[in-house]
Amino acid sequence: MSVINPHNKLYLARKRVNRIMLSVSGLALAFGIFWLVWILLTLLYQGGYALTRFSFFTEMTPPPGSDGGMANAIAGSLLMVGFGTLIGTPIGILAGTYLAEYGRRSWLASATRFLNDVLLSAPSIVIGLFVYSLYVSHVKHFSGWAGSFALALLVIPVVVRTTDDMLGLVPGSLREAAAALGCPTWKMVVFITYRAARSGILTGVLLAVARISGETAPLLFTVLNNQFWSVDMNAPLANLPVVIFQFAMSPYEDWHRLAWGGAALITFAVLFLNIIARVLFRKNV
Amino acid sequence: MRAGALSSAADITNPIQSMSATAPKSSPPRQRSAKWDDKFFELLTKFFAFLVFSILAAILISLFVGSSLTLEKYGMRFIFSANWDPVQEEFGALVPIYGTLVTSLVAMVIGVPISFGIALFLTELAPAWLKRPLGTAIELLAGIPSIIYGMWGLFVLVPIFQSHVQPGIIRMFEGVPFVGALFQGPPLGIGMLTAGVILSIMVIPFIASVMRDVFELVPAVLKETAYGLGATTWEVMWKVVLPYTKAGVIGGVMLGLGRALGETMAVTFVIGNANRLAVSLMAPGNSIASSLANEFTEAVGDLYTSALMELGLILFLITTVVLALAKLLLQRLARNEGSRT
Repeated sequence: MSVINPHNKLYLARKRVNRIMLSVSGLALAFGIFWLVWILLTLLYQGGYALTRFSFFTEMTPPPGSDGGMANAIAGSLLMVGFGTLIGTPIGILAGTYLAEYGRRSWLASATRFLNDVLLSAPSIVIGLFVYSLYVSHVKHFSGWAGSFALALLVIPVVVRTTDDMLGLVPGSLREAAAALGCPTWKMVVFITYRAARSGILTGVLLAVARISGETAPLLFTVLNNQFWSVDMNAPLANLPVVIFQFAMSPYEDWHRLAWGGAALITFAVLFLNIIARVLFRKNV
Repeated sequence: MRAGALSSAADITNPIQSMSATAPKSSPPRQRSAKWDDKFFELLTKFFAFLVFSILAAILISLFVGSSLTLEKYGMRFIFSANWDPVQEEFGALVPIYGTLVTSLVAMVIGVPISFGIALFLTELAPAWLKRPLGTAIELLAGIPSIIYGMWGLFVLVPIFQSHVQPGIIRMFEGVPFVGALFQGPPLGIGMLTAGVILSIMVIPFIASVMRDVFELVPAVLKETAYGLGATTWEVMWKVVLPYTKAGVIGGVMLGLGRALGETMAVTFVIGNANRLAVSLMAPGNSIASSLANEFTEAVGDLYTSALMELGLILFLITTVVLALAKLLLQRLARNEGSRT
C-alpha cells in the first residue's frame, strides 16, 4: 500500500501544480527557441536575396538610390578581425599560461582571473571609449589600427579564460613525466601541455573571433567608416557592423536591403564559427 | 616556487615547480641555459598576465582623466540633473542613467523566470538525446551579434509592438492606479519597453546557462532524498535545488544584469533616443550606451566630450560592481562545492 493516498486532495493539488509548472518550463524553452528561429528566418528572408547576388561581394557601398555591394566593408571587417585576433591571441595565451602553469593560486593569478572575468562581460562600448582616449584622440584621426586594438581588447579575456581552463585540464602526470626526463619548464609548457590542450585553446580563439566579428559599439569611435575601397590600416576603414548600423538607420529602401544582406552574412558566419568551435571541442576533449 | 618548497611533499597539483628546482642539479653544464630560458619564459607570461591584470585599472583611469572637465564643473550634480543640452553646454546624466536601469529591469523581469524555466527543463525534463541540441540552440542566441538584435527589433518587432502588442497593454492597464502610469501614452513601437524586451531575449542564454551549470552541481543524493519523500519534480526544484544553489543563481542573474546594462547596439536601434524623463515604459528614452553610440562621434567641444566620457565612466563603474558581485557569488558556490567533495 502506498503511503500517499492517490485521492488525497492535497496530493492532487501538488500534482496539478507540478504539471502546470513543468509545462510552463517547456513553454519557456519554446519561447527561447522561437526567437532564435524567428530571427534566423527573418535574416534568410530579408538578406537572402542580397547575398545571392555576385555584386554584393564585388561592389562598393553605394550612395543612396544606386546599386552596389559591400566589398569594401567585407574587406575592412576581415582586416580588422584578422589583426585584432593576431594581436589579442598571443597576449591572451601567454597570460593564460601564466595563470595555469606558474601563478596558479598566487594572489596575482587569482586577482587577474577575477578581473579578467569582469572584463569578459564589460560593456564593449567602454572599450571603444578607452581606445579613443588612449589612441585616437592623440593621433587625431580614426583608423583601422585603433579598431583592431579595440577588438584585440575583446579577444584577450576570452582567450585568457579558455587557455587557463584548458591548461588546467591537462593531467599533472604529463607534466611530471616531462620533468622527470629533465625537460625545462618552458619546453614542457610549449611542447607538452600546449599540445595536450591544443583543441581547447583553438576553441577559445574561434569563440573570440566569433565574438568580435559582430561587434559594432567599439568600432564606432575607433574606425568610423569609409565609403570607398581602402585597405589602409592608418585611415578610417569601412566595416560591416558600422555600415549595417548606418544603412539600417537610414530611410533608404535599397540601403536597407544591403544592410539585411550584411546582417545575414555576419550572423551566419558567426553562428557557423560557434558551431565549428563546439564540434572541435567535443571531438578532442 | 615558494609554495613548492614549503609543501613539496603534499603539493600534488604543482609538482613541476618543486621538481624543476632540484632536477638540473645533477647536470651542471646545462643548468645555466635551462635556467635562463626558463626564467625568460616565466617572466614573459607573467608580464602579459600583469598586462591583463592592469587593463581594468587603465580603463578606469583613462575614463577619469577624460571626464575631468565635467567632474570638476558639476560634481555629483551630474548624476541628478536631467538637463542634457549640448547647445547650451549643460549636461546632466539622469535621463540616460534612468533609461539604462529601467530597460535592464524590464529585461530581468522577463528574462529571469524564462531562464529559470529553460534551465529547469534542460536539467530535469529533457530526454538525454534532446538535451544537447536544445541547449546548443539556446546558447546560439548568445552568439547572434547585438546589432542584429537591434536591426531585427527595429524592422520586425517594433511594427508588431506598435500595431498589436502595445495598444492591448495600454488598454489593459488603463485606469489602474500606479501600474497604469507605466503603460500610458501613444503606442509608438519604439521605447523603453521594446528595448527591455529585446534585452531580455539577449540575456536569457547567459542566465540560463549559468543556472543550468549550478543546477548540475546539486548532489544527486539530495534530489533523490526529496523524491524519496514523495516530492514532485517542481517541489524538488523549488524547495531543494533552488535554495541549495541560491548564490549561484543570483550570480547568474547579476551576470545577465551586467550584460543588459552595457548593451549598446540593440538598445540604440529601438529606444528612441529622446532625452526626456518619462514614467511610462511606452515612451522613448535613452540609455547611457545608446547616448554614447549616437552622440560621441558628433560631439563638438571639450565639455561635451567630457560629459560623454563621464557617462561611460558611470556605466563602467555600475557594470563592474554588478559583474564583480556576480563573480563573487559564483565563486562562493564553487568553493562550497569544493570543500564538500
